[in-house]
Amino acid sequence: MTEGPFRTLSGIPVEAVYGDGPLPGEFPYTRGVHPDMYRSRLWTMRMFAGFGTAEDTNARFRELLRSGGTGLSTAFDMPTLMGRDSDHEWAMGEVGRAGVAVDTVEDMADLFAGIDLGAVSTSMTINGPAPILLAMYVVVAEESGVERSRLAGTLQNDILKEYQAQKEYLFPPRPSVRLVTDVIRFTTAEMPRWNPVSVSGYHIREAGSTAAQELAFTLANGFAYVEAACAAGLPVDSFAPRLSFFNSHVDFFEEVGKFRAARRIWARWMRDRYGATDERSLKLRFHTQTAGVSLTAQQPEVNIARVALQALAGVMGGTQSLHTDSHDEALALPTAEAARIALRSQQVIAHETGVASVADPLGGSHYVEWMTDELERRAEEVFAHLDELGGGSLLEGVHAAIESGWFVGEIADAAYRYEREVNSGDRIVVGVNAFTEGNDSRQADLLRIDQETEDLQRRRLDAVRRSRDERAVATSLSRVAADAAEPTTNLLPALLEAVSVRATLGEVVDVLEGVFGTYVERTVV
Amino acid sequence: MSGDPPIRVVLAKLGLDGHDRGLKVVARILRDAGMEVVYLGLRQTTETIVDAVEQEDADVVGISMLNAGHLTLGPRIVDALAEAGLDVPVVIGGIVPDEDRPALADAGVAGVLGPGAPIEEVVAGIRDAVAARGR
Repeated sequence: MTEGPFRTLSGIPVEAVYGDGPLPGEFPYTRGVHPDMYRSRLWTMRMFAGFGTAEDTNARFRELLRSGGTGLSTAFDMPTLMGRDSDHEWAMGEVGRAGVAVDTVEDMADLFAGIDLGAVSTSMTINGPAPILLAMYVVVAEESGVERSRLAGTLQNDILKEYQAQKEYLFPPRPSVRLVTDVIRFTTAEMPRWNPVSVSGYHIREAGSTAAQELAFTLANGFAYVEAACAAGLPVDSFAPRLSFFNSHVDFFEEVGKFRAARRIWARWMRDRYGATDERSLKLRFHTQTAGVSLTAQQPEVNIARVALQALAGVMGGTQSLHTDSHDEALALPTAEAARIALRSQQVIAHETGVASVADPLGGSHYVEWMTDELERRAEEVFAHLDELGGGSLLEGVHAAIESGWFVGEIADAAYRYEREVNSGDRIVVGVNAFTEGNDSRQADLLRIDQETEDLQRRRLDAVRRSRDERAVATSLSRVAADAAEPTTNLLPALLEAVSVRATLGEVVDVLEGVFGTYVERTVV
Repeated sequence: MSGDPPIRVVLAKLGLDGHDRGLKVVARILRDAGMEVVYLGLRQTTETIVDAVEQEDADVVGISMLNAGHLTLGPRIVDALAEAGLDVPVVIGGIVPDEDRPALADAGVAGVLGPGAPIEEVVAGIRDAVAARGR
């Protein structure tokens, strides 16, 4: 609850919303998914964190919760994201560097030690090996006495955007989409408080797309998952992806328009194309993260202002949860101090500025309404293109456009255009191509992850391997292989068994690769 | 334009890091500057990069790293090229804190291009690295 009564700083009483219908909470939800938005509940201040070993990140999690953070969000290191153990040859130099290393259930247990998993909600940013990490989380909770049905959180589990933008895929697209639907089927049946997919525009935008492309590609992926889950036998209203995840960039009104257009498109498509009738299926709820790519290494303190403005755009756009980037992220992972300033920026917006008092405060602005319509129009053009490619299926259209390299080409073109604009001076970036006085100041202290962390993590992994029942591990991995080979069998039960007997992430991925194969993208430069 | 043949540059992501926006932009910048770009793309190893340098008769290698692994992986690729008898400079682009630059220079890395480096600096960084080897 935000603090009432709702008056301006100088005492003027304000209503929960202004203007005529459709109002917030009414179809097509352009103005927001709740009638009184942040008056009934502020957005979740969910700070993304992860580095070093599980113990290192656990300490940061506890600090963020102590500082008033209201949800956890886990950043895994590159080997974990790519399904490789810390002692794999390819992991060298990357263990714990850009996130936390998780090889086994034991690491997952240390990551959440002392945190009541029945009380907190946890987001895990993981895609290729997502079902395996979800299985680890469930096993850790159940071993500590919390049933899976009580677990609340979100698995990113959005593999399509990996082929389009972030490139953290393990297997070819089709078996990967099957893994996504396996998770949806499992959580729908057994984890009612869990969001099985967070359809993500963030990475598409970070890779260089425009706002319209981010909007269109993300929602197209969302529709593709709806089609895949329906094809797997789930009624649309039983799962309707309840969450999406967007970037918030620096062009303020374009971002606000993007969030508003996203809600409207989702509601219309879910009702009209996919036949959803449950109101909750029509309401697009989303998480927002400020744009890492907008942060500059030059005069990094200026990033505090960028982040605050981008966060404000997310709130004006009606986000349900928000991560604010730390100002040192163009240089390294954030220090604890930088992460605290980023969280404090959200708290200033929430509690000092008064913007949380009124729902969709920019609704009715000529410019914002026009921008909302324009972004919707541009997104619909993309949907029409993909629908045609897919012969009436968005899922097939997305697959076709991945295979042909269309997405990566579109994104690379946009990224290059932006670079030329900055280079020519047509677009000003403070500290980069203008206002550069102060650029030569010494860089502040950065978070350093040293080689010792990598060695320590390898010793931790080695200890687990030496203490487990090898026969049980071998049996469980055989079952994973057998179930993977049966396209209609849900893999989650086999994965739960494997990780519970301490099979490692890399061992499970190796088995799945044996069945599914690997993927090499068509290079588009 | 001089009569020299164009610079041949191999561009690659070394390791598991998948962030390829910057490297793709650099590929187009160097191509627009008249260089011949061999774009290896994602998930390259020291072995695949050394092979490509050898087969393509490259003059310079550009490695993009946004995974904070540069102090481990940077010296590795320099050493691997030297062991293969290839006198080819390595330029690293990506997120590299200033204080790491001396260590990379000591390890034989010919240049570092940080976030926001303008096009001219990127092109000059590659040209200078090649010129310093006396090509």
